[in-house]
Amino acid sequence: MARTDFSPPDQDGALHSLRSFDIWLRHGHVAFDDVDIFHNLDLHLPARSISCLLGPSGVGKSTLLRYLAGLVDGDVSGDIICSDNTPLSGRVAYMAQQDLLLPWRSVHENVVVGAILRGEKPDHDRARSLLEKVGLADAAHLRPAALSGGMRQRAALARTLMEDRPVVLMDEPFSALDPINRLKLQDLSARMLAGKTVLLVTHDPLEALRIGDHIHVLRGAPARLVETVVPSGTIPRDVGSVEVMQHHGALLRQLGADDADDAPEIHPPAPASANAEGHHG
Amino acid sequence: MDKQTANGPTTDRAPANPRQAQTSRSAAANTLSRTGRKKHTRKPVLPAWRVLRAVRPLIIILALLITWQAIVSITDAPPYMLPSPYEVALALIRQHAVLAMHARYTIAETVIGLFAGAILGVLTALPMAMFSPVRFWLMPVLLVSQAIPFFAIAPLLVLWLGFGLASKIAMAALIIYFPVTVAFFDGLSRTETGWLDLGRTMGASRWRMLKYVRLPAALPSFASGFRVATAVAPIGAIIGEWVGSSHGLGYLMLHANARVQIDMVFACLLILCAFSITQYFIVDRLLRRLLPWQPDSLARHD
Repeated sequence: MARTDFSPPDQDGALHSLRSFDIWLRHGHVAFDDVDIFHNLDLHLPARSISCLLGPSGVGKSTLLRYLAGLVDGDVSGDIICSDNTPLSGRVAYMAQQDLLLPWRSVHENVVVGAILRGEKPDHDRARSLLEKVGLADAAHLRPAALSGGMRQRAALARTLMEDRPVVLMDEPFSALDPINRLKLQDLSARMLAGKTVLLVTHDPLEALRIGDHIHVLRGAPARLVETVVPSGTIPRDVGSVEVMQHHGALLRQLGADDADDAPEIHPPAPASANAEGHHG
Repeated sequence: MDKQTANGPTTDRAPANPRQAQTSRSAAANTLSRTGRKKHTRKPVLPAWRVLRAVRPLIIILALLITWQAIVSITDAPPYMLPSPYEVALALIRQHAVLAMHARYTIAETVIGLFAGAILGVLTALPMAMFSPVRFWLMPVLLVSQAIPFFAIAPLLVLWLGFGLASKIAMAALIIYFPVTVAFFDGLSRTETGWLDLGRTMGASRWRMLKYVRLPAALPSFASGFRVATAVAPIGAIIGEWVGSSHGLGYLMLHANARVQIDMVFACLLILCAFSITQYFIVDRLLRRLLPWQPDSLARHD
């Protein structure tokens, strides 16, 4: 299922390939204020591959990701099982839609913030090499306010990789970027994340088709998961290819693009000039 | 004052959240920020504009003096009701030794009171933000404490702490305690949730999270509270002096007022104004230098 049959070369000089493991979620359940977001949900994240999670907005994609990251408090239950029989918590790196860079720290200081927060000695050489790989070597000393949106998200990517965790959970990390920057960052991320087990939440079907090894669609209330077929070809796939475009159309339909009952506003509105008595129907 | 403290933290929240600040800023301001925001985040201004800005305080002071003189001339007020600027200037020069001696007391009371109140506020806000039982029991006490009219308890402070510096310092500290505490607590409890999430996945301890994330994130809010405090601290000291003292500008004003030396009263007032403004600007400059990442606070005051 993974992109390569053997461990790919490490992109950031860390020895994590031995630690790869599959993750299963069994009977996942999250409710807010007695409303089930999802229950009895099963999900499989194969080791060393990018799984994408698509779905209409508000369906609970982020909640599912945050649940796996251990960030949801309250009414939650379910089993998260790793194939190496070790708990998942503490082995996850998290990247959000906002870059979450601390504005008072320089880019370099932001990249090493994880070690600082754990009270460890930061590996500054590795931070420098990661910043170089994401193309921010010259901006390492700047504060985030001096960077563009794309640069900030690249810094966030470097910080995520700096954590050197086998699992990376990404919550719409590219959605705030313009299309060109988004494509570039997708390529960069797909390259840098090779060898890690990734769950990527996105609302963009093309993004999932471009860099996903597996694509899951979350739909309904309470939400259910459906795994869909993924186009062939190596990641990042060409968005212009016929196969990807066909998948795109199918995926859009699956996401409810032509569901009549989901879109009541399509029905023609009553004429404004009609009398009030004419509206009983 | 209540209104000020309620508004202070909310208006200063934007800088604590870089994303909000980013989106609210215009494209022009955005490119500007790229040039690096050290001390001056202003656009390069025209020389004429710069000259105008430099002489602006002089023009304002001159205009106020002219207005003052005009009122004196038109109403023909006697010097024991409203002295002219010239008479006040004479009093300033003639009595400068006395004035300086008393001003020293007031300034010392204000500055010590300011720092005492700020430290007290920080020491209250920190445990309140960290421990929910402390918050649960202390919040009502804090609100009740603000319901006490401090002007009314000034005589008590003098009774308890004597005629010396201590009662005035206590008065100034009490007056600024609330705005500082509320602003800092507000800043501490409104840390960007994304940062907290990130810290959690990184395995941050509670204390390191406070030290490296929540505390720095709350500093802009603290700064806004401290600015308010700087402006009101002299009031506390003066009230303390009015109620009972043997030194200080407040004491001197009462004394001169009773002896109908109104020029002397005005001289005290002028010194107080000059001190308050100077103190505010020093604090403002200092805070800006300490919080260089805080966007837009420069443009706000001009």
